[in-house]
Amino acid sequence: MKIDVVDVGHVYPGPSSRRVLDGVNVALTERRIGIIGANGSGKSTFLRLLNGLIVPSEGRVEVDGLDTAKKAREVRKKVGFCFTDPDSQIIMPTVAEDVGFGLRKSGLPKDEQRAKVMALLEHFGLAGHADHPAHLLSGGQKQLLAMASVLITEPTLLVMDEPTTLLDLRNAAMIGRVVAELEPAVVLATHHLYLLESFDRVLVFEGGHLVADDAPGPAIATYRRLMEAA
Amino acid sequence: MRSLGLYVPGDSFLHRAPAGAKLLVLLVFGVATVFLNQWPGVTVALVVVLGLYAWARIGWRMLFAQIRPLWALLLFVAVFHTWVSGPVRAYEVLGALIALVLAAALVTLTSPVSAMVDAVVAAARPLRRLGADPERIGLMLTLGIRCVPLMAVLVREVSEAQWARGAQRSVRAFAVPLIVRALRQADALGESLVARGVDD
Repeated sequence: MKIDVVDVGHVYPGPSSRRVLDGVNVALTERRIGIIGANGSGKSTFLRLLNGLIVPSEGRVEVDGLDTAKKAREVRKKVGFCFTDPDSQIIMPTVAEDVGFGLRKSGLPKDEQRAKVMALLEHFGLAGHADHPAHLLSGGQKQLLAMASVLITEPTLLVMDEPTTLLDLRNAAMIGRVVAELEPAVVLATHHLYLLESFDRVLVFEGGHLVADDAPGPAIATYRRLMEAA
Repeated sequence: MRSLGLYVPGDSFLHRAPAGAKLLVLLVFGVATVFLNQWPGVTVALVVVLGLYAWARIGWRMLFAQIRPLWALLLFVAVFHTWVSGPVRAYEVLGALIALVLAAALVTLTSPVSAMVDAVVAAARPLRRLGADPERIGLMLTLGIRCVPLMAVLVREVSEAQWARGAQRSVRAFAVPLIVRALRQADALGESLVARGVDD
């Protein structure tokens, strides 16, 4: 998968018309890409550009040659998205139903849908909770459920916006291990910097600008310097 | 949150019956209860519903959990009708109400929400000619059910914050953050639906 971000800037409309991204140019082809930056640095907006949740005010974003502004439906089939708060992502009342929700329009027979859902829940260690109310899971389990609900549609890229922010260290590390073993490519924004140590590439955002684009070690060092200087 | 009438897994005949058929029978049962509103008819309705709970192997605790949230309303109805029309009429009104609530709960207790959504989508298909989108109607049902536990969590969190700051008697201190957080949650849920391709 190749993502091209060309001359992208973004301003949220409204009375305050906040500019959150400015002059971002980057081409992404690696399988594991980390995104770091302070709160309000533009990370979440950048991630939302990647699957067409936000259309840039300036410039363009292309996923495998598909412009997110014109081919949002096709882009979203390729690019799954996990939010910080899994509660806002759970749609159906039970665990299995929520994962199966993504297959409603797949045309697969019901028993095949169920088998696919159960295989994925088994993989994530949630099979024992298949018929349990989704909102009663623990924080870590809910984040796993959110990932499973996206992965059931087999995207080629999974974009994750701070999926470990609401979790304790044990659950954050567990999500890190699960992410490391995922089949699709991953773009992960996080404040848990150790999760990015094995990644191929890390982008650092500051004040809406891409200020560093490097291997994890140097990129994280740049980020630390920026935070200490602030 | 089980008490809200969520699905209880099982393999009884009622669990295996199609959700659409159960909703149809519930509709007929509801209409019949309105017409058979004398004490013998109400007694039969109650016995039938209790028998169906036993058949579906749903225990007494779960059965009572379905009517517990309505205790204040039921008490009011019982006292009002006993005072105005006598104990027999109070039994007829109260019995019919309980039979209907239990019957409706039995459908949700024995049917996964996805099966009910499928049934509603299928039933709404003729409305396509009028420009309605059956999938969207099913989604509305899904989100309605989903919002109940979400709102319960919001109400609890806002109440706790209100108590922690000593503003427990202020309606405004409760309503304003609740509405703001509910709107934000709705926004996040909408974004999540778009991300999962629901709007495509």
